[in-house]
Amino acid sequence: MLTLSNVTKTFNRGTVNEKPALTGVDLHLEPGDFVTVIGGNGAGKSTLLNCIAGVFPPDGGTIKIDGRDVTRLPEHKRAADLGRVFQDPMRGTAADMQIDENLALAARRGQGRGLSWGITREEREDYHERLKMLDLGLEDRMTSKVGLLSGGQRQALTLLMAVLRRPKLLLLDEHTAALDPKTAAKVLSLTQRLVEQDSLTTLMVTHNMHDAIRLGNRLIMMHEGHVIFDVRGDEKSKLTVPDLLRKFEEVSGGELDNDRMLLS
Amino acid sequence: MLLSLSGAVAQGILWGVMVLGVFITFRMLDIADLTVDGSFALGGCVAAVASVNMGLDPVVAILLGTLAGAVAGAVTGLLHTLFDIPAILAGILTQISLWSINLRVMGKSNTPLLGVDTVFSRVASALGVSNNVATLIIGITVAALCVVLLYWFFGTEIGSAMRATGQNEDMCRALGIDVRVTKLIALSLSNALVGLSGALVCQSQKYADINMGTGAIVIGLAAIVIGEVLGRLTPGKLQAFGSRLTSAVVGSVIYFIIRAIVLQMGMDANDMKLFSAVIVALALVIPVIVERSQARRAFKRGADR
Repeated sequence: MLTLSNVTKTFNRGTVNEKPALTGVDLHLEPGDFVTVIGGNGAGKSTLLNCIAGVFPPDGGTIKIDGRDVTRLPEHKRAADLGRVFQDPMRGTAADMQIDENLALAARRGQGRGLSWGITREEREDYHERLKMLDLGLEDRMTSKVGLLSGGQRQALTLLMAVLRRPKLLLLDEHTAALDPKTAAKVLSLTQRLVEQDSLTTLMVTHNMHDAIRLGNRLIMMHEGHVIFDVRGDEKSKLTVPDLLRKFEEVSGGELDNDRMLLS
Repeated sequence: MLLSLSGAVAQGILWGVMVLGVFITFRMLDIADLTVDGSFALGGCVAAVASVNMGLDPVVAILLGTLAGAVAGAVTGLLHTLFDIPAILAGILTQISLWSINLRVMGKSNTPLLGVDTVFSRVASALGVSNNVATLIIGITVAALCVVLLYWFFGTEIGSAMRATGQNEDMCRALGIDVRVTKLIALSLSNALVGLSGALVCQSQKYADINMGTGAIVIGLAAIVIGEVLGRLTPGKLQAFGSRLTSAVVGSVIYFIIRAIVLQMGMDANDMKLFSAVIVALALVIPVIVERSQARRAFKRGADR
């Protein structure tokens, strides 16, 4: 479903601030793979997701989604294939628009937008049902401005928007990191439910090693811009946090330095 | 006095069409588009030349003025979206170049509409009413039509995408919206309305002048601000989109009424621009001061405990 070959990216090339963010990433995701991504500060996790999403083009290598080469495509043209949830709950929704209007925008991801009405009555009924599933009471507030919602509610809504039109690939960039633990757990279980329900191919960056082990069928660890550890299936489900830390020291020759990761 | 007031109302409505244009960029896209000063005069100049020099029908002249405004907006839009020039600077560049273009269009610094039909004189003679009443009739009709069209447009798929663009470009790109296209359309649409307003004002005052658009953007912002204050004072707080558009036009009318009153009271007409700028500055400053003083009070309350 997703194939990256030798993808590289360096920021501020040729300046004193030169920072190699991706140093040759090879990664292949089968349809239905749910991959969790962990790694230290500056390991290149977010850069990887941004390259796949097209926020900036890579310096080298190729990115293919479902066989289509998207390496040089701008962000909005790749959107048809991708569902995305950002770390910042403010980034995924339009605050001054209604809940149903936000969903209607997402329902037209990758579609042509014309002069027909922006939201239909059938859509509203459909959204009502789907919002009910979130169990946050949002189905009764469909005409409220999204800006009135809490961070967790906004993130749950963004998640729903990302999968509303089935994406070929779901990209989750630490989407629970800005939430309090209880809300984060709720959003995470919702994530699991939505991904399993549609068996979505998913790439989820997280700083929580327990979550990385508990969720998904495959785990990759990144360090200094490439993948240093890749496990799946039974081997993955048997992992423990100490295992991961040991593995990291073994491969990288240093201690894992992700401040958030060590606290969680 | 009454006569000058009804004249002010008519003028306010014609300028209200321009205010709707400014509303699109300022409130929907969060851009203060300085193209407006140039495109307003452009609309007037094109309409004047079309009917005086080319002998075209006044309605066609107005449509040409509208179209010219749209093209001016598209130029700003291309400079901003394709070449990443900051919106304010892109607007200034178009505005300055329009000064020369407007002179080229007219060949001189003003064009009187002597001996030609205008939409206003037509309606006045057809209905047997005064010019002032004809201006009111046409102004209200056009402004109402624009409000309805904009209300419809911003409810469509493209219009919704445009509203979202002004709020969250990251989200738009993630949802497959090309924000360059939505901004380009918004700037063209906005300046089309500005050009339309310029053409109408030109026909109602029976001349086009190279200076007729100077300060238009500030008038537009002042009218929006006045309209919003009125909207907030109204019971039921008119926050729905349709009423926000309507209050922009009403704000324009109020602005011109205030203007007529202070001029009647003996204020120098040249001080009007200072007056408008002060209104806009106050409207932008007051919310900041209120927020700061609230923060300060909240801080003290916390310390007392």
